Amino acid sequence: MATITIDGKQVTVKDGITIIEAIDQATQTDLPRYCYHPGLSIAGNCRICQVEVEKMPRTVIACNTRVAEGMVIHTQSAKAKESQQVVLEFLLANHPLDCPVCDQAGECKLQDYYMEYGLYDPKFNDEKVKKKKKAVPIGPTILLDQERCILCTRCVRFGDEITKTNDFGVFNRGDHSELDIYPGKELNNKYSGNVADICPVGALTDRDFRFKMRVWYLGSADSVCTGCSRGCNIFINYERSRPYHLEKERVMRLKPRENQEVNRWWMCDDGRYGYKFIDTNRALEVRILDGGVQQKTDWKTALEKTAALLKKADPARWAVLVSPQYSNEDLYLAQKLFAHKLKWKNIAFYAPGQEGFEDDFLIKKDKNPNTAGAAQVLNLSQVAHDITPLVEKAKRGELDGLFVFGHDLVKLYGIDAFRQLRSKVKTLVYEGWSLNLTADAADVFLPSATHAEKEGTFTNFEGRVQRFRKALEPAGASRATWEILQDLAVLLGEARKYDRAEFVFEDLAKENEAFSGMDYKKIGMGGLCLRTS
Amino acid sequence: MTEPILSRNFNIADAWKLGVAESRGAYATAKKVLGSMKPDEVTHAVLTANLRGLGGAGFPTGKKWQFLPKDGKKPVYLVVNADEGEPGTFKDRYILERDPHQLIEGMILAAFAIRSRKAYIYIRGEYVEPFRRTQVAVDEAYAKNYLGKNLFGSGVDLDIVVHRGAGAYICGEETALLNSLEGQRGYPRLKPPFPALVGLFGCPTIVNNVETLACVPHILKNGAEWFAKLGSTGNGGTHLFSLSGHVNKPGVYELPMGTPLRKMIEVHAGGVRGGKKLKAVIPGGISAKILTAAEIDVNMDYDSLRNAGTMLGSAGVMVMDDSTCMVKMLFYATKFFSHESCGQCSPCREGTGWAHKIVTRIYEGCGSLKDLETLLVIARNMEGRTICVFADAAAWPIQSYITKFRPEFEEYIRKKKFEPARPAMAGAH
Repeated sequence: MATITIDGKQVTVKDGITIIEAIDQATQTDLPRYCYHPGLSIAGNCRICQVEVEKMPRTVIACNTRVAEGMVIHTQSAKAKESQQVVLEFLLANHPLDCPVCDQAGECKLQDYYMEYGLYDPKFNDEKVKKKKKAVPIGPTILLDQERCILCTRCVRFGDEITKTNDFGVFNRGDHSELDIYPGKELNNKYSGNVADICPVGALTDRDFRFKMRVWYLGSADSVCTGCSRGCNIFINYERSRPYHLEKERVMRLKPRENQEVNRWWMCDDGRYGYKFIDTNRALEVRILDGGVQQKTDWKTALEKTAALLKKADPARWAVLVSPQYSNEDLYLAQKLFAHKLKWKNIAFYAPGQEGFEDDFLIKKDKNPNTAGAAQVLNLSQVAHDITPLVEKAKRGELDGLFVFGHDLVKLYGIDAFRQLRSKVKTLVYEGWSLNLTADAADVFLPSATHAEKEGTFTNFEGRVQRFRKALEPAGASRATWEILQDLAVLLGEARKYDRAEFVFEDLAKENEAFSGMDYKKIGMGGLCLRTS
Repeated sequence: MTEPILSRNFNIADAWKLGVAESRGAYATAKKVLGSMKPDEVTHAVLTANLRGLGGAGFPTGKKWQFLPKDGKKPVYLVVNADEGEPGTFKDRYILERDPHQLIEGMILAAFAIRSRKAYIYIRGEYVEPFRRTQVAVDEAYAKNYLGKNLFGSGVDLDIVVHRGAGAYICGEETALLNSLEGQRGYPRLKPPFPALVGLFGCPTIVNNVETLACVPHILKNGAEWFAKLGSTGNGGTHLFSLSGHVNKPGVYELPMGTPLRKMIEVHAGGVRGGKKLKAVIPGGISAKILTAAEIDVNMDYDSLRNAGTMLGSAGVMVMDDSTCMVKMLFYATKFFSHESCGQCSPCREGTGWAHKIVTRIYEGCGSLKDLETLLVIARNMEGRTICVFADAAAWPIQSYITKFRPEFEEYIRKKKFEPARPAMAGAH
């Protein structure tokens, strides 16, 4: 350990770390940086992170200077600030300053640091260097603007070090240096969207998000990606103050949220651009079958009808298909209702054959966010994993009723198999957030909220329980699944216990050994791993 | 100065061929040393000879060799910096072209001292003939087993690879050179770590200049004391000075370290051409700060020139008579630096181009007096804020020309002289 002084404050940090790491760990100071990124190698080329170190003749860059015992560092001294300011002026010399039409505006580090460290009287009075690629797509996800680029090479290093796809290079020399992808190539890998995140300026922008909304209109909620069982930590950026804008689309983009244990700083493109289901093809109405046609109804009617069906149901001749797309809280109340209260034996959750691409970095082949949680919450000694045997049972006419959560049986088993099933099963209750043919064929259709519209937790592939927060109000008439399940339980004679998902989780933690000792506060931002017995 | 040392074969016909070189004594020292001395003794001799890196930095060579990790497990590489690109410098090409065996023998000794079995010569791409002859010399040395396995029966191995650069000035910076040699873009590396610890292919590496290594056989042949005495205090040996510009006899001169600049110009180079008045001298390549005619009573060695506020650098002495326009000089200097900046660090990338734009504007008659201040500010702001010293080298001409010849610059601007920059020159990228 080394004891050093940063801006008059004495701190003890690990020996041999860099000054910028020490500043980030031990202080609140936001030392300016462009090329430095904790997930990438040190390039030391932007030169903005200048600090004054006593007994050193000149200011030094914090990203490539290691701390030593007794070091006295100033980040805000006149000498340090002058250094930071002059470097910024160089960086902006050939920058086009096209902020009004730049999509990065509002989250651009050139803007931010100019306001904080710049504010100089500009001296540049000559013609700026023109570069070839202005707003040119370089792949399906990213657009390049070479003139805005400050050549920090974060994207170059990302391609070299993280994806190992070696996409980017710097071409030419001096102030004619250009950032580009290699000739004849396109930026097309599973993690390409990250380069827009790490680009500190508007040189690499996200084609999906570009011009959808100014970033200062965005709201942000901490969430977890539902694209696979990794559970990458994300921000859901949503429309906040302009409800008229792009009328139906509320989620504007997803951004990775740092979690060293799960996804570090990154997320894959499948997850990043896989948010559209939240605002498209949504089930917005409660419906019941009336005279052979589904009709819009209210929650009271639908829930009462469902409760009546459940009350009459023969536990041996009904089945419930829950889903690893649902939160631990949802699944816990499902378990309580169907297994404990109604004593059903036919419970399963996992739709097989849906596994997809997997790599050795972030992407997992199980495309459900909560398979591990479902297995744990539902207690697999009593519950079957795979839903297929129950579907087969239904097809053979051995079931009177089926309560389906989320699974589109038509898509999973084909329309013919589903027709057969539907002809044998007298009653089908469907609960889910998307419109599909299975839902259309239900006697009762209960629209539920997506993860973006409720609070809850998922348990990722390695047993990490992670919280996601509510970003949006549930679309249309939809409601959180745990609320729907509680209402059904109340109608079946249980007491109303929960007005927040948090309290549902508290009971889960009390009853389920694997979750014991956890609560939302303890799970925090980083998540907690299940206890293993 | 009685007898030439480094340049003793420069005017001998075919001295670059092994037969002639051997008749002049080549490889005798290497043979003797490899059979009789220990590696550390060689390093010690180089250290006490006060041999300093003759590429420009002037760092004591023996000391550099001692930075190598002791008993390291990785191979050690010797890399010869033959990327002589500093404007006004043309000394190494004489060695490569006229006496390459002198270099190869120096490399054998240096490699022996630092326990390296593989060496590279990185030759500037534009040096076509020097490359050809050096390659022939290396091939000839291999044929006689002066290179390869078990040199002179001593059990020592050495392989030499001659590699041509692709024409970037920055690749003369030792870490950019290493990147280039590895097949990477010629960007200088962040230091630390220094090449002696992490160099070529991540292994300990010594990078030495051509002339530096050419001195080594002479040190071991005639003794460290003898060599040290040839020069001035702390600056051992002789040095090849490239004299160019407005002198009667331009060329490469081998003179002792510390030779007075005035003597160099007036005696050795035969004085300013056409009997004109001396105006200024750049003593160490374009990067060195300029000296006015009144400042030439200085000894040409590392320490004296540093005390005079400039540097010996690559010992490329450029002499200017009073017909020289300093604005034009600065135009060419900034053009060079803006063209050659590698573009890695923002102050240099943007600063060199920006400065050149302003100087071009002044040169073309559209400058203002305020521009001079801006130039000095840009130069000051570039200095000391980058990975390598290129930005400092780019700043020094700006600072020294404008400060020392300010009235001339101001007059030029006031009179709005118009000298159209040839298009090919102004935008030579």
